[in-house]
Amino acid sequence: MPLPYYVSPEQMMQDKAEYARKGIAKGRSIIALEYDDGIVLVAENPSASLNKISEIYDQIAFAGAGQYNEFENLRKAGIRYADLKGYAYGREDVTAKSLANAYSQTIGTIFSQEMKPLEVEILVAEVSEAGKPCEMYRIMFDGSIVDERGSAAIGGQAEELKQFLRDKYETALSLAGALQLACRALEAAASQKTKAQNLEVAVLERSRPGRKFRRLPAAELSPLLGTTNGSS
Amino acid sequence: MNLFMDGNLRSSFTELLARCEPGVLPRFGVEGAEGAPGQPGAPPGLADVPHGTTILALLYRDGVIIAGDRQATEGYQVAHRRIEKVYKADDHSAIAIAGAAGPCLEMAKLYQTELAHYEKLEGVVLSLEGKANKLAQMIRMNLPAAMQGLVVIPIFVGYDLRAGAGKIYKYDVTGGRYEETDFYATGSGGKDARSTLKRIFRPGLDEGEALRAACEALVDAADEDVGTAGPDFVRGIFPTLKVVNREGITDVADARVREICQQVIDAQRRAA
Repeated sequence: MPLPYYVSPEQMMQDKAEYARKGIAKGRSIIALEYDDGIVLVAENPSASLNKISEIYDQIAFAGAGQYNEFENLRKAGIRYADLKGYAYGREDVTAKSLANAYSQTIGTIFSQEMKPLEVEILVAEVSEAGKPCEMYRIMFDGSIVDERGSAAIGGQAEELKQFLRDKYETALSLAGALQLACRALEAAASQKTKAQNLEVAVLERSRPGRKFRRLPAAELSPLLGTTNGSS
Repeated sequence: MNLFMDGNLRSSFTELLARCEPGVLPRFGVEGAEGAPGQPGAPPGLADVPHGTTILALLYRDGVIIAGDRQATEGYQVAHRRIEKVYKADDHSAIAIAGAAGPCLEMAKLYQTELAHYEKLEGVVLSLEGKANKLAQMIRMNLPAAMQGLVVIPIFVGYDLRAGAGKIYKYDVTGGRYEETDFYATGSGGKDARSTLKRIFRPGLDEGEALRAACEALVDAADEDVGTAGPDFVRGIFPTLKVVNREGITDVADARVREICQQVIDAQRRAA
C-alpha cells in the first residue's frame, strides 16, 4: 500500500498562501479614505449589481476583494452577526473591532484547516463620533488583521495603492477631495483612466442620523469627480 | 434536490433568531396555561399588563398619515404617559401598535430589524406587499400569547414607490391582513376615532387637513375612552403623528401638533 506522501507544514502554508495571493491578485482593488464627514469607500467595479461594498450595521461598512462568492458569504455572516448582537444587546454595542475579530478567527481557521484557503481580503470600517479617528480593519486571507488609520486599501494592488496614499493622503479632506484622490490612486495602480460608471462608491456619513451607510449613484459622482472624468 | 432550502438561512431575521438565539426570540405566552383573562385556566395577572390604546391612519393627497396617543393603562391606572406607539419601520413605511405594551414594543423592534436585515442581505428593499405580509406572519407567531390576553394589533402604512400611492393595512389577532382604502383606527378608542374620521374624511385631503382630522379623531377618542389620553397641555405631551410620502417619513414636530390640537379644542369650545 502506498504511503500518503509527506509535505512539511511550512511548505503547505506557503503553497496555500501563494494560492490565495494569486486568486486575490486577479481581482481589482478597493480604497477606503477618511474624510471630514466620515469614510468613503471606492471600488473599481464594472458590475452595477454585484457589489463589493456594502452596509453591515448603523455605522459599519464592509468591502471585499477577491472571489465574489466567498466574500459574499462573509458579508452575509457579518450582517447576521451584527443584527443578532444589536438586537440582543443594544445598537451601540455592535463594533467594528468585535466584527473584525470574528472575521479574523473564521478566516484564520479556514486557512489552517481547510484544503483550500479563502481567496479574499476584506475591510471592515466604522465611522466614529466627531473628533475621534475612524476605525478601519484590513483582514487578510490567512486571518491576519491590520488596524489602519486614515486610509486603507485591499485587493491585488493594495501595496501600490497604500504607497501612493501614504504620500498624498492628508487629514480633513472634503468628500470631493477624497474621491479624486482615490481615483488618482486607482488610476496610478492600474495605469489607465477610470470611468465614473465603473466606480462603486459608498460613504459612511457621520452627520446622517441612524444608518450612516449610503451609496453614491453615478449621477452624483460625476460632479464630485470633476466633469472631465465623468463624461469620458 | 433542495438546493436553496436545505439548511440554508434565508434573509429573515426572525428565522435567524429562532435558529441561533431562540432564548432572545420574543415569546410571551405562558406555557400550559389556556384561556383568556378572567376565564378558567388563564395565567395569573395577565390582565394587569399595560395596554396601548388609540392608533389611526388615513390617506391624504400625497401619501398617508399615521398617529397614536401616548398613554398606556394598567387596569384602572395610568401606567405610562409618554409611551410611543408609532414607529418608523423603514424609509417608506411606519407601524403603529395597540395592545399589551411589552409585546408591542418588542414586535416593533423585531419588525424594524427584520426589514433592515432583509434590505442589507438582499441589497434591495422589500416590496410594500412583502412588508405587510411579513408583519402578518409575526402577528400569527404571537397568536398563543394573544389567546392569553397579550394581544398585539398593529396598523401598517407605507408609501408604495412602484404604485405611487400611500397604503394602509389593518390586521386581526390571527394575522389576517386587510387593506383599507381611506382610513382606519383601532385600539380601545378606535371606534370613536373611526366615527370622527368617517365624518371628516374625503379623498384628496391636503396634509394640513389630514393632520387636523387625525388630531380631532384622537381628541374625540380620548373624550369617550378612558384608556386614551388627549393632548396634555400641562405636561406638554402630545399625540405622535408621522407623515409618510414619496420623500420618506417625517415626524410632525410637537410644537405643530400642539397648535393643531389647540385649534381642534378651540373649535369644539365654540361649538359647545
